[in-house]
Amino acid sequence: MSISTIIQHCLTGISLGGAYALIAIGYTMVYGILRLINFAHGDIFMMAGYFMIFAMASFPWYIAIPITLLATVALGVVIEKVAYKPLRTAPRMSIMISAIGVSYLLQNLATYLFTALPKGYPEIPVLKKIYQFGDVSASLVTFITPVLTIVLVIILMQLINHTKMGMAMRAVSKDYDTAQIMGIKINNVISYTFVIGSLLAGIGSILYFTDRMTVYPYSGSLPGLKCFVAAVLGGIGSIPGAVVGGFILGVGETILTAAGYSTFSDAFTFVLLIIMLLFRPTGIFGEKATDKV
Amino acid sequence: MKNIQTVSPNKKRNLVLSIVALAVIVAILFYLDTNKAQHSYAISIIERSLIYAVVAVSMNLLTGFTGLFSLGQAGFMAIGAYTVAILTIPVDVRPSVYYMSGISPIIANLHMPFWAALILGGVLAAVVAALIGIPVLRLKSDYLAIATLGFAEIIRALLACPQMDRITNGSYGLKNIPGFSSIFTPFIISVICIGIMLLIINSSYGRAFKAIRENEIAAEAMGVNLFKHKELAFILSSFFTGIAGGLLAVFMRSIEAKTFQVSLTYNILLMVVIGGIGSITGSIIGAFLVNCGQEWLRFFDTPLTIAGVQIPLFRTGFRMVIFSILLMVVVLFYRKGIMGTSEFSWDGLGRLIRSIPGRFGKKQKVNAEESGGDK
Amino acid sequence: MKKFLSIALSACLVMGALAGCGSSSSSSTSSGNDASASGDNVIKIGVFEPQTGENGGGGLQEVYGIRYANQVYPTVEVGGTEYTIQLVEVDNKSDKTEAVTAAQKLVSEGVVTVLGSYGSGVSIAAGDIFAEAGIPAIGCSCTNPQVTSGNEWYFRTCFLDPFQGTVMANYAIQNGYKTAAVITQLGDDYSSGLGSFFKAAFEKLGGTIVSEEQFQTNQSDFKAILTNIKSANPEFIFAPSSITTAPLILKQAREMGITSVIAAGDTWENATIIENAGADAEGAVFSTFYDEAAPANDEAAAFVDGFKAYLTSIGESDIIPAVSALGYDAYITAVQAIKDADSVDPAAIKDALKNVHVEGVTGDITFDENGDANKDMAYIKTIKDGKIVFLTTTSIDE
Repeated sequence: MSISTIIQHCLTGISLGGAYALIAIGYTMVYGILRLINFAHGDIFMMAGYFMIFAMASFPWYIAIPITLLATVALGVVIEKVAYKPLRTAPRMSIMISAIGVSYLLQNLATYLFTALPKGYPEIPVLKKIYQFGDVSASLVTFITPVLTIVLVIILMQLINHTKMGMAMRAVSKDYDTAQIMGIKINNVISYTFVIGSLLAGIGSILYFTDRMTVYPYSGSLPGLKCFVAAVLGGIGSIPGAVVGGFILGVGETILTAAGYSTFSDAFTFVLLIIMLLFRPTGIFGEKATDKV
Repeated sequence: MKNIQTVSPNKKRNLVLSIVALAVIVAILFYLDTNKAQHSYAISIIERSLIYAVVAVSMNLLTGFTGLFSLGQAGFMAIGAYTVAILTIPVDVRPSVYYMSGISPIIANLHMPFWAALILGGVLAAVVAALIGIPVLRLKSDYLAIATLGFAEIIRALLACPQMDRITNGSYGLKNIPGFSSIFTPFIISVICIGIMLLIINSSYGRAFKAIRENEIAAEAMGVNLFKHKELAFILSSFFTGIAGGLLAVFMRSIEAKTFQVSLTYNILLMVVIGGIGSITGSIIGAFLVNCGQEWLRFFDTPLTIAGVQIPLFRTGFRMVIFSILLMVVVLFYRKGIMGTSEFSWDGLGRLIRSIPGRFGKKQKVNAEESGGDK
Repeated sequence: MKKFLSIALSACLVMGALAGCGSSSSSSTSSGNDASASGDNVIKIGVFEPQTGENGGGGLQEVYGIRYANQVYPTVEVGGTEYTIQLVEVDNKSDKTEAVTAAQKLVSEGVVTVLGSYGSGVSIAAGDIFAEAGIPAIGCSCTNPQVTSGNEWYFRTCFLDPFQGTVMANYAIQNGYKTAAVITQLGDDYSSGLGSFFKAAFEKLGGTIVSEEQFQTNQSDFKAILTNIKSANPEFIFAPSSITTAPLILKQAREMGITSVIAAGDTWENATIIENAGADAEGAVFSTFYDEAAPANDEAAAFVDGFKAYLTSIGESDIIPAVSALGYDAYITAVQAIKDADSVDPAAIKDALKNVHVEGVTGDITFDENGDANKDMAYIKTIKDGKIVFLTTTSIDE
């Protein structure tokens, strides 16, 4: 394998990992606070892709992007209010089933509204500029994705560690009931969590689809599952963990394909998950939870 | 669940009703079977519903009665389906089925009667479940769900990979599987399977399962061996899931790995949820409702014109949207599903009919009475 | 034990009740369908096609061809009486489980012939059912050999994958390409099958396969696979796949600076690919069944004009997809067979199909002993300036 091939693989892996990381953060934040696997997160990501297609049809990209992000955030918050909020006191299984139901609904709705045929993702000229170094060629978005991911995570960490809302979030994820007794407005905190999660999914979606260029109703399901695995790998509830998990998955998958085992790239994700769950169920950065009687 | 123990005041009447009901069903099935040509559509819906009923009940055994939320059903069904398919395809047509890469000599002449292959399929699924269960069952609720889902995907990837071409025919799928000779074959097999699961649930093992569902720590304190019982429930559930997978292969006559995707598991979950988590009859009703409903609602997919005006909503894909909205409504507003955790009984039906005036309020009371105060 | 009995029985009761509903519902739909046409003078032809799911788009195009054919030839004369032909459409959702029930629905509707389906998997699943019910079926664009092999009731109007794979290999060699890479979809019989046939033929003709890659259903990232292919540097890339994946492969390959010719099978002849891949689709090569620019006979010439008007009237673009032409041909073949048999008995129609001869839009149609159309020519097309243009015809002599 030549040097340029290796560099090309590295670029692919890191850029894929960056997009995975952004989506994984959404999973990890929601899980940290609600103890809920938001199965619909991958589909919010897919819907963001469609929003962008429609926004770009009538606006230039610098207006379309904020519109897309706003719509994605609204979708995330609405889902929380309609499908998860009424089930706060229900057993955990019901709320999980509700999440699966929302995911099922979004996929079917997308098939109904936009047909099963793939739609081309609009090109953002700035991001799509192709750079060529010798044999290696990649567009700007491939380089931007990992950088932007890191920057966003640093901002997010600042928010969580140094603002009042961040403090509230940490309190809720530590102990839900006590936080409520202490006067934290739980519903606001949860809404904020969904806002941030969906916002990152929206940004992730723009980066991911600009790089891959086609959206169809099931394009969120596989990345969704993988990003959840990434969140578990890093230790669910931990934001740096989700980022590390995302990069591990993206790079690992690419290495596997590079070695000629593309058949097993999906199986690899789950093997990794199961190994992790067996030896360190709390993930790389996770905290140990104890069962209370 | 205490109603199982309460002695019905009208034992004799109930027995008579049951026998009459059975006779009616057998008569209907017999009628359908003798007029196969006109009713093949109805027959295929009933057969499919019966098969899904077995999976739904076995999923309920795990989810509703033991409290283990597993999403691995599709994988175990795939094991059962492939076992039955590989062993029952007639030997003389095998070269044409494995037209691409040829058949491995080990299985080339291995042929089994349908029932033996079916049981073997169940056993293989159970063995795989036993192996998977050892590490996975230590995990808690949502981790368990994801881990089992992961295993199902791994099983599917293994079945479809080119390295397995000479055994599972990889990407090309298997065809020429002999079908059911009559509707009674799937009917009798599913009644037996569901019957056995019912007996298990009402045995001392079943009570241990329910104890684990209610509170693991308390159950352990009462002397229930947690791991042993979880593993047992997982193996039993997978065994019947494998059998249902085998039945599905015979029903479909040709299978491929794509059939056993995560969405299949979600579909089964839908049946369990609609029927009521923790109710066997609920799962059976759920399986029939979902399968028949998907057919009935077909008219949503065809353009509808009323008085010359085309109703804009009706087009391809609308049926599935209605379906998923229905699921959300059940999940959000009727969390207990149709049956909650209670089972069907003639007394219950009688009370329901008598309470039809002002039905909703009273029905809940009846349910509460029947479920004897458990949550 | 008694309790068990009563519960088991009650379960049965529920089932029985639903069974009753099931059968009554099927009879009610059928009666609803013939409400418009009365009496004995109606003959039903089933349309077994996916209208949703993975192949929903292609399936619908095939249905358009059949619907149009029904408009052109709405009646058939059998034994001196004129019969109105009624189409019974069912959606098999590109899914094998659904296909079984959908096929059974057609059987219980009492159709005399079935047309379809797009996608070989569902056709294979339904094949046994039609054979058992004794209803002949005519496939339009299902190219997998397994559809008709060992099933005397299944016919088809298109060529087969082994032929198509060989044609593409021939094309590659004739144009001086010596090395090729193959990309196939794991778990998909069309993609994997066509890929294997291409590989075998290409190697037989003296070419070298330098890279073989597989991708997963629903995968949207092909960069790692394409990097491998880029490093192997093939002159020709053969990537048979559904129209969902085609634009993904094309765009990502071009972005990575892969300049080799990218080729595929009949599925790629679809305007969706140009819409989605844009300039990146330029130069893609594929084999297909039909070319509208060179009508083979009068039937074809009339079809091109009439069908374009039909497509415009239903709000579609007026590029004629090959599968629509095949759907049209399957319909007129069925009508001809009914005429030849001079009977509405499915078994007689099947026997008539064995010797049928039709001048179809896609060329003359006769069936060989397997029930496959005797077609020895494929049209190779390419995408140029945002349009699908005819490149050459290729045939193989064996």
